[in-house]
Amino acid sequence: MWNKRKEEEYPPKAGSTPSAPVMANNPPMSTSASSSHYSSEVRGPAVIGKSVMVKGQIYSREDLTIDGEIDGSVELQEHRLTVGPHGKLQAGVKAREIVVLGTIHGNVEASDKIDIRKDAKLVGDIKTARIVIEDGAYFKGSIDIARPDISKTAAPAPKPPAAAPAPTANAAAANAPATPVAGEVKR
Amino acid sequence: MGTETGASLYSSEKRVIAATLQSRSSNGLDQFFSSIQGEENLSILDFAGASQANVGFITNLGHRIYSNDILRTLDEAFGTDGDFVANQSDPERSAYFLRECLDFSEHCFDGALVWDTLQFLAPPLLQEAVDRLYKVLRPGSALLAFFHADEKADSVPLYNYRIIESKTLSLTPRGQRKPAQYFNNRSLEKLFQRYNSVKFFLTRDALREVIVRR
Repeated sequence: MWNKRKEEEYPPKAGSTPSAPVMANNPPMSTSASSSHYSSEVRGPAVIGKSVMVKGQIYSREDLTIDGEIDGSVELQEHRLTVGPHGKLQAGVKAREIVVLGTIHGNVEASDKIDIRKDAKLVGDIKTARIVIEDGAYFKGSIDIARPDISKTAAPAPKPPAAAPAPTANAAAANAPATPVAGEVKR
Repeated sequence: MGTETGASLYSSEKRVIAATLQSRSSNGLDQFFSSIQGEENLSILDFAGASQANVGFITNLGHRIYSNDILRTLDEAFGTDGDFVANQSDPERSAYFLRECLDFSEHCFDGALVWDTLQFLAPPLLQEAVDRLYKVLRPGSALLAFFHADEKADSVPLYNYRIIESKTLSLTPRGQRKPAQYFNNRSLEKLFQRYNSVKFFLTRDALREVIVRR
């Protein structure tokens, strides 16, 4: 009789596996992230500090600031990479946006924008949609601006005036200080 | 029309051409951009070092730009100790300079803006640089170079050359240096004798602008 009552109090659920009994009057444990103790704060970008050196490939799915040394490659497809003033990269770099205050030796690809600040140094080829180079920055390499196809329908970029024949004396005088042609040699 | 505010200072025996911030018209630059008018996706070599002005102007025309600050490389290669011109005879230093500045494959550029850098190279390095430019430029390409024409000048100003428009430059001073040698028209013809044509423009401030066709 005692055993039968016990079974009525805790009838096993069909198909359920034995588990610890749920305590009455306690709310169920929530698994949502909002109540998690570790993920409720908003964090800044990830940082590689200036005393850190990494040899290898870095992939990031968040904004990243590098102030250390990297030898390898760095890829942040949809995010921003900031190379701090102490940052030294001997690496190929790909990101949505790249801000350079330190040094990069390697090819650089930014789907949106590259910003090379004063005192920065970048040696390598650049492929990007936009570029800003501050006075005082050092850059050596090629720059390829990848323009989207819609730019063909946008306002046209400024173009030089229509090609003119070799300037005559009158044309030169009208447009510039007197610059007589000293000579032309054709072979 | 650009405005020129340059001035020259005279001493009894030596002349120092003072460097001042200038905005000036350039027939040579105008000729250079006229030569690539209507074309896109060209590769242009710029010896002025990267600047927002030059990068923006050339890429807005639909071209690709290769930038290198040659004056800075000249300092690195030859200017740290000893005599700047005599150091150019050092094979290791010359090899370093050529490797840093002109190590490209054949026919990979459609135009070159070398500005006034060539006048600071002494022979035989100068001829080697001109021959390398010949090799890396595609046939028909234009090369723009500046040479100071005042043989009495002890030193000439160094400038950052920034393109404002297709025939207007902004010149920002960055020091003084004595040219390795002075050139007249005949010596320039001889220097570029491999090229197809050489055209000169002599400006009011004694600067010889030279447009050379590969």
